[in-house]
Amino acid sequence: MTPDRQPVLEVEELVKHFTLGRGVGKGGRVVHAVDGVSFSIGPGEVLGLVGESGSGKTTVGYCVNRLYEPTAGTIRLGGADITHLSRRALRPHRRQMHIVFQDPYSSLNPRMTCGQIVGEPIRLHRLARRSELDGRVGELFDAVGLRPELRFRYPHELSGGQRQRVGLARALSVSPSLLIADEPVSALDVSVQASVLNLLRDLQGELGFSCLFISHDLATVEFLCDRVAVMYLGKIVELAPRKELFARPQHPYTQALLSAALVPDPDVQRTRKRIVLDGDIPSPIAPPSGCRFRTRCPLEQESAPRSTEEEPPLIDVTGQGHFVACHLVRRGTEAPRIAESPVELTR
Amino acid sequence: MTEPLLEVQDLSVRFNTDDGAVHAVDRMSLALAPSEVLGIVGESGCGKSVTALSILGLLPSTATVTGSARFEDAELLGASRSRLRKIRGRKISFVFQEPMTSLNPVLRVGNQIEEVVREHMDLPRRAARERVVELFDLVHIPDPLRRVDEYPHQLSGGMRQRVMIAMALACDPKILIADEPTTALDVTIQAGILDLLRELRARLGTAIILITHNLGVVADLADRVVVMYAGRKAEEAAVGELFAHPQHPYTIGLLGAVPRAGGAHNGRLQEIPGRVPSLAELPGHCAFADRCPRADEQSWSEVPELRQVRPDHVVACFHPGER
Repeated sequence: MTPDRQPVLEVEELVKHFTLGRGVGKGGRVVHAVDGVSFSIGPGEVLGLVGESGSGKTTVGYCVNRLYEPTAGTIRLGGADITHLSRRALRPHRRQMHIVFQDPYSSLNPRMTCGQIVGEPIRLHRLARRSELDGRVGELFDAVGLRPELRFRYPHELSGGQRQRVGLARALSVSPSLLIADEPVSALDVSVQASVLNLLRDLQGELGFSCLFISHDLATVEFLCDRVAVMYLGKIVELAPRKELFARPQHPYTQALLSAALVPDPDVQRTRKRIVLDGDIPSPIAPPSGCRFRTRCPLEQESAPRSTEEEPPLIDVTGQGHFVACHLVRRGTEAPRIAESPVELTR
Repeated sequence: MTEPLLEVQDLSVRFNTDDGAVHAVDRMSLALAPSEVLGIVGESGCGKSVTALSILGLLPSTATVTGSARFEDAELLGASRSRLRKIRGRKISFVFQEPMTSLNPVLRVGNQIEEVVREHMDLPRRAARERVVELFDLVHIPDPLRRVDEYPHQLSGGMRQRVMIAMALACDPKILIADEPTTALDVTIQAGILDLLRELRARLGTAIILITHNLGVVADLADRVVVMYAGRKAEEAAVGELFAHPQHPYTIGLLGAVPRAGGAHNGRLQEIPGRVPSLAELPGHCAFADRCPRADEQSWSEVPELRQVRPDHVVACFHPGER
């Protein structure tokens, strides 16, 4: 990313809280789903947002796409502040971003043919004459590797991989500058995942759109992304260029996550050291004070008592865009290594 | 090799549906040695779960099961319900994928396990209770005395899966069948469950049939691996042998399709074109032929039988080989 070019997406101090309903013992309690997240995506850049369930990664994606109304913070799309725009005012910006959902079974309208599904955004944004629409849809089907006759089929007649291609064709139909992909392959079989990931990568290279790629799978993120942000309990704990993150992970949570990812190679998998975190991710209703990771951190002893009192800020520790939010990592010092990085393993 | 604990031979399962018969499993054979971990890998619909369910007579009545499954010198297929009930949960037990739905939401977790213990081991209430606490301890559930009185919704996914494993181990089974035991869990929790299964095998000598779509899980835990495709066994070998010298183009494809941390792939993932075939009709040729780069006339006209190509390594392919 060159700094002089304007980022496609800028997210600043994004906060999303959900107030729980008046169920038994729930009244007035607040889920801190996203609590102050900042990042930007440059033109043609793919940013991976990784985290486990409950980390808030999908909520970030939904806020950016304004499917959720952000509680606080700013979202700028191509320089324009869209954080609190009304539905109507947002409409012209809509074609600048599109989302592909995780579940290809429930995210396509079952009563529309696949051709209609892909053509709908073009029609709504009036991007093509009626006479041109068919041709444009045909091009899109071709681009995502679907046979043209599938245009007249309904989603239920297609396989999961084909449906996800329909979702992708629809998302790209308006030539958005930003694609938000929320776990686009995790519902698919392994052999089908590979072809969808290859396709996404090819299309991104060809069309040059920026992408916010949300996933729980580190290996997938490594395959596709230029930079990676790791989320834990509503916060970004580490953000770095891909190679840097996988070669020199700093935050203890990132290290643990990388060490726990399974490698399909018994020799490597059985000899590596892995960090099993104690306990579970705490409830976002009452996140721990200070550092949110401290209740599970293998290095908690070393950072206490500061960890309980003070929230570690996300700081650039290398001066070259490797951001870490940990009391044990300071500019110029590396975090204590608690596991070997995947790069070291495959050497 | 020692006498197998469980020996499945020529197992076939057919479902009769309104749209005709579906051949879910075709002439499947397996042998499980005492305290061995056997991984069964395949994609959705390949028949891996049906194989396991049919052994214990857990399939619906629309299923027709043929073949043989011998456990401790007795035939399981076609055994009476009462006999199977004595084996299920006691000698052979199951851990399912969904820890959210396989526990009764309105009963305390401790009571649910107590029920199993009292049913099979005929223990008085108090002793059963003690056994439950002991089991919770065994699967590393912290603070077991408090946890036994909680309801499933009070536990996290990882804890629920530990409860399921505790329940499965309640009667010291000889075999534990784990069907995608970590699929619904987060990465860091998954690692803990796999460590637990490894530890249990070492401590109790329980044999494990590990059913999964994830090659990483198999690489982590299995001693031997069976790869299934379209209801048939495509390849079987010891885990090191399989990953180092895969022979079936499907296995090779699966291994190449997974992105690896560390960036060993050069730009693209290996794709397996096409999709898993429908099981409504078993083809009279190799089921993988339409997706296979090595398919030739023979693949399109005959069904490949399993044959040994390397020591202790069988494959059902006319053109086996690495690469």
